[in-house]
Amino acid sequence: MYKQPDAQDIAFLKTVVDPARVLTGTEIAEDYSHDELGGVQQSPDVLIKALSTEEVAAVMRYASQQNIPVVCRGSGTGLVGAAVALKGGIMIETLGMNKILELDRDNLTVTVQPGVLLMDLAAFAEENEFLYPPDPGEKSATIGGNISTNAGGMRAVKYGVTRDYVRGLTVVLPDGSVERLGGKIVKNSTGYSLLNLIIGSEGTLGIITEAILKLVPLPKITESLLVPFETGEKAIETVPHIIRSKASLTAIEFFEKQTILFAEEYLGKKFPDTHYPAYLLLTVDGSDRAVIDKELETVARLCMEQGAPDAFIVDTDERKESVWKARGAFLEAIKASTTEMDECDVVVPRDKIAEFVEYTPEVARIVNLRIPSFGHAGDGNLHVYICRDGLDEKTWKERLEQAFALMYKRADELSGLVSGEHGIGYAKKDYMKAACGEKQIALMKGIKAVFDPNNILNPGKLF
Amino acid sequence: MNILVCVKQVPGTSQVEVDPVTGVLKRDGQNNKLNPYDLFALETALRIREEQGGEIKTVSMGPPQATSSLLETVYMGADAAYLISDRLFAGADVHATSYAIASGIRRTGAFDLILCGKQTTDGDTAQVGPELAEMLGIEHAANVLSIDAIDDKSVTVTMNLDNLIQTQTMLLPCLLTIEKDACTPRLPSFKRKLETASDVVTVLTAADLTGLDPARCGLKGSPTQVERIFPPEVNKNKEQFAGTGEQLSDTLFDLLQQKKFV
Repeated sequence: MYKQPDAQDIAFLKTVVDPARVLTGTEIAEDYSHDELGGVQQSPDVLIKALSTEEVAAVMRYASQQNIPVVCRGSGTGLVGAAVALKGGIMIETLGMNKILELDRDNLTVTVQPGVLLMDLAAFAEENEFLYPPDPGEKSATIGGNISTNAGGMRAVKYGVTRDYVRGLTVVLPDGSVERLGGKIVKNSTGYSLLNLIIGSEGTLGIITEAILKLVPLPKITESLLVPFETGEKAIETVPHIIRSKASLTAIEFFEKQTILFAEEYLGKKFPDTHYPAYLLLTVDGSDRAVIDKELETVARLCMEQGAPDAFIVDTDERKESVWKARGAFLEAIKASTTEMDECDVVVPRDKIAEFVEYTPEVARIVNLRIPSFGHAGDGNLHVYICRDGLDEKTWKERLEQAFALMYKRADELSGLVSGEHGIGYAKKDYMKAACGEKQIALMKGIKAVFDPNNILNPGKLF
Repeated sequence: MNILVCVKQVPGTSQVEVDPVTGVLKRDGQNNKLNPYDLFALETALRIREEQGGEIKTVSMGPPQATSSLLETVYMGADAAYLISDRLFAGADVHATSYAIASGIRRTGAFDLILCGKQTTDGDTAQVGPELAEMLGIEHAANVLSIDAIDDKSVTVTMNLDNLIQTQTMLLPCLLTIEKDACTPRLPSFKRKLETASDVVTVLTAADLTGLDPARCGLKGSPTQVERIFPPEVNKNKEQFAGTGEQLSDTLFDLLQQKKFV
């Protein structure tokens, strides 16, 4: 049984953190009771806007002694309820820990606090002629949150995911102790990778208070092709051909006309082309003009051989913005098109993505729901949005459950997994259990017990 | 309908840097692009052609490398392109530029309508379009937000003027400069790129332009001389409003109306 923080606890917390940054009751905005997932809501008893590792450690140590549950929160842009204080207790918000601490040009690393926003880090890196490759659509997410979900994004085809860019972490453990894992090192064969256990652990093993991230030199040229197709199937079936061609693309994004129209309405801005039912957006980067031109030509020709009526060139800043801004807004745009939605973030082997994409309209028919989708076709990660529209609560829940069951079953048949980049959090626990099986879940629970024997850090998540 | 679209090649980055000591624009010779404002003019032309039929020719004055920007207009849908290029035209100010383009336009055939971007991202004067119209002796309208009606005799446009939005009907032929964001320009087509012959761009030198007065060309023919170029001051002015919700919404509404957003 957890302890609910009382007046004495709050008084103590105000001695270790500036009282102005310790909020309780009605001082806590409604926003802190949920993330972007609909349907799960719980306000913490105490909200602490932390500014340093020491503050987080002091709060954690006290919470551990008192058996008060603690949840860490960044921007609250998560999609699976991972940052919701299900059991109340203390919420530590890291948005104030937003300093970029060091750019190390000799080790090609940047050291940041966890509350730095992805968009700010991306801009900082670019100003210094570096690239921080992970590029999830949600640019206002924090780096701490990105690490906690092992966020992927749109450059994963070439550059991989957040995990590939985390070199070191400072972590406050559930007992309040502070550990530095990894560092500015390139190689590491020193025992179990605790660093990699923290990455993607959704705030259940420790609280990240500093991160050393790897940067790569900024490619001088980044250009895209927006390739139209007469049908969604044609578009998605072209992806394996592109991958097989060994073209070195950073992104292969798939979307359909309807999603673009939602984005147009949401942004109040027209997309450069909406004449076709489906599109692939392909990106190449590098620093040699001739190589880039060759690569783009190869891919454009290949797509046209596969039936694409054309390939549109997205080369200047203005053109990139007109296309990528819409792409970045797809999630919010679909959300704005309905009353409530839930999402399925399955990942399947790349060569199975077409099968999965073609399956979703079938699910929509079976369960009688509107299910728009778009996704990172090049890395097998699809975002499928199940829209409630005008349905009553009971019908919605029933159909939603049925839709999820069908899709996760299909993903499993295709040797895929439950989440490519959004995580498990609260919403996908049952599906992870079904996908990973008893043994793996037991191993995960064992790891959790070693880090957090009293289960006070983000309880009720993952399993 | 025959439409001419005037375009210019500008530095590829949107942040043009000025050397604070010499006051000279830092140009990266490798990285150029079509002036983004011109894309709205070209897109407007393409949409008129979709409705009315006809031909679109694009015209530019510049060094030989500006050919690549003209090719881009063809990839976007233009039928033909002309590059007015000669050392005689080098160093031209807005007046000498308008003179050279006007001279070139007399060689590119009959037209019903000339469309230009509102301004360029490097010079930012917004003068060449209107000056060109004056030199050709045709009417013009600047900062056109939309073309509301067009037939073979006249065009009705809505213009974004300093303090008001004005709609007016003009006789053809005339020249319009198209406001930014009047439409979303289409992307260049790779298919058209593959289909386009490399000689689609006709180069016109000074010798090709009959009746050209060399004294009105280039640096020599430029009545304005640039003394100094400097980056504009960054405006960080902030205005803060206080009051009740109702007062604030009134203030906000007035402000939006004043800025012509509503």
